[in-house]
Amino acid sequence: MQTILSIAIDALAFGMVLFIICIGLSLTMGLMRVVNLAHGAFAMIAGYIASYAARDLGLGYAVAIFLAIIGTIIISIPLERFLYRRIYGSPELTQVLMTIGITFCVIGITNYFFGPTLKTIPLPQALSQPIDVGFRTIAAHRLFVIACGAVVAGGLWYLIERTSFGIKLRATVDNAAMSDALGVRTQVVYAISFAIAIGLAALGGVVGAEFLPIEPYYALRYMVTFLVVVSVGGAGSIPGAVIACLLLGFIDTTGRYLMPEFGNFFFYAAVILIVCLFPRGFLGRAQ
Amino acid sequence: MQVMAQAQTVSAAPRAKGLWWRDVIGIMLIVICGAAGYWLFPDNLALLTRIVAVALLVLSIDLIVGYCGVATLGQAALFGAGAYAAGIACVNGVTEPMTLIAIGALAGATAGLVMGAIMLRAHGLAQLVLSIAIVQLFHEAANKASAYTGGSDGLAGLMVSPLFGIFEFDLWGKTAYLMGFALLLLVFILLKFIVASPFGMLCRGIKQDPVRIRAMGAFVFPVLLKMFVISGAVAGMGGALAAISTQVVGLDSVSFELSANALVMLVLGGLGTLYGALIGTIIFMGFEHMVSAINPFHWMTMVGALLIAVVLAAPGGLTSLAEKLRGGKA
Repeated sequence: MQTILSIAIDALAFGMVLFIICIGLSLTMGLMRVVNLAHGAFAMIAGYIASYAARDLGLGYAVAIFLAIIGTIIISIPLERFLYRRIYGSPELTQVLMTIGITFCVIGITNYFFGPTLKTIPLPQALSQPIDVGFRTIAAHRLFVIACGAVVAGGLWYLIERTSFGIKLRATVDNAAMSDALGVRTQVVYAISFAIAIGLAALGGVVGAEFLPIEPYYALRYMVTFLVVVSVGGAGSIPGAVIACLLLGFIDTTGRYLMPEFGNFFFYAAVILIVCLFPRGFLGRAQ
Repeated sequence: MQVMAQAQTVSAAPRAKGLWWRDVIGIMLIVICGAAGYWLFPDNLALLTRIVAVALLVLSIDLIVGYCGVATLGQAALFGAGAYAAGIACVNGVTEPMTLIAIGALAGATAGLVMGAIMLRAHGLAQLVLSIAIVQLFHEAANKASAYTGGSDGLAGLMVSPLFGIFEFDLWGKTAYLMGFALLLLVFILLKFIVASPFGMLCRGIKQDPVRIRAMGAFVFPVLLKMFVISGAVAGMGGALAAISTQVVGLDSVSFELSANALVMLVLGGLGTLYGALIGTIIFMGFEHMVSAINPFHWMTMVGALLIAVVLAAPGGLTSLAEKLRGGKA
């Protein structure tokens, strides 16, 4: 019972980290039809900034998160303007190559500046101790991550379903040319949603550093994981991403707990099965 | 319109003849390059043999990506299948090098059959993700079956007997290089015939418009699967060659990184010509050898910048750039 509960909490927290990072990628792929393999690279940049701010400058955790998100978005703006805009609507292979190229560059440049070591982001006192929730104690950081995931999911749902920006966004997803003709400035919608996606990657990279440690090859190591999660959930769908993240987080964590000698075996076996059964992902739209 | 069509048929006839000559010249150039490598870099023959093995892998990707239009990031699964099959056979007493190459090809072809059967069910992004998942699954399987594959320590202790019973595999890798180069040349010529055959034409047609090919009455799936098997055999031979020449099979031969790097080499050289695969491999691995000796992270930055530049400036790779320059002159 104790094991099941701790697996469940860890699986939920890991799934939420995946969700925070991947929902941004899901937005980019569903909305702008860009297979952005460099998504993890932005999470990595955020991790490096947060680590620098919290460990080397001694700033608070909240400030570090804030700086990481703002810094990463600022870095991403020229990339979107000069590189990504050229590959909107290109074949997948072109997009994959371009974004792998960006990933390589990010890895090379960050390691040139910060050195090839593992970066830690020190947690504040309140998050590093366990919390008693009545029937048992749970690490506060896990609860914090789960809460972050819930807030992101709720906030995005509100943004997309209940605001006028959300209406424009959905219209652009459905038919970009027509909404352009109706007066929606699609370029602006694209730019804002790209910034939101990058900001979420940054947030996920920082709060998820306990699960996915910030290291030189971070962007390359988890690139596949993020891409897989999105394609299992269906690009552009928030509920799909939630289901995929929780399911894959559960499979991965359970596999590691119960049969650690098999590593990622179950994760990828499940992915092959799911993608064969649902070629568009759980809740992906027909193209 | 009619005039244009006529002009095209008129110009097409001598062009086909010219292409035939161009292939002969191209193959002779490859032979000259191979011999030059042998005489100019006698101390680096191990690296050159590695380049030849990876060139086979890149050629096999060109068959799938360049001729069939199926994007894959998991080709190292086929390379690794060949490498491990040859390695395991060698440890268990089959030490004749040509037999080992054949075993590698067979294993690669089988893996290609499985991989094609899974990947061709999906399209677009799902296909790409499937290819990645398959190579990761192969990687995990090779890691876990350490009783057969040596796991993360690698499969070491391959003692290959002399080629044809005469030529021993020496310390400098002369025999391995010459054997590998002869193999590459043979495979290249064979592939040139295959891609020029009606079957190769059908593959190109499928790449351009699968719906139309289906409407014309051809079955798309078996054709692509056949190409997957051929490509698997080529990649498996590359893997077996790498295993024979280095006498060790590591987990990196079934890694996602190798697949991605090989795809980068192909795109650098140019898709769908077979020459591009060779040119891209030589340039990529040559630079890698020089730059990563200084600092591996400089190398990553350089490859990244190169990739972005190729996508933006020369989507057809270096061969198309050369073609364009020559077209400009003529």
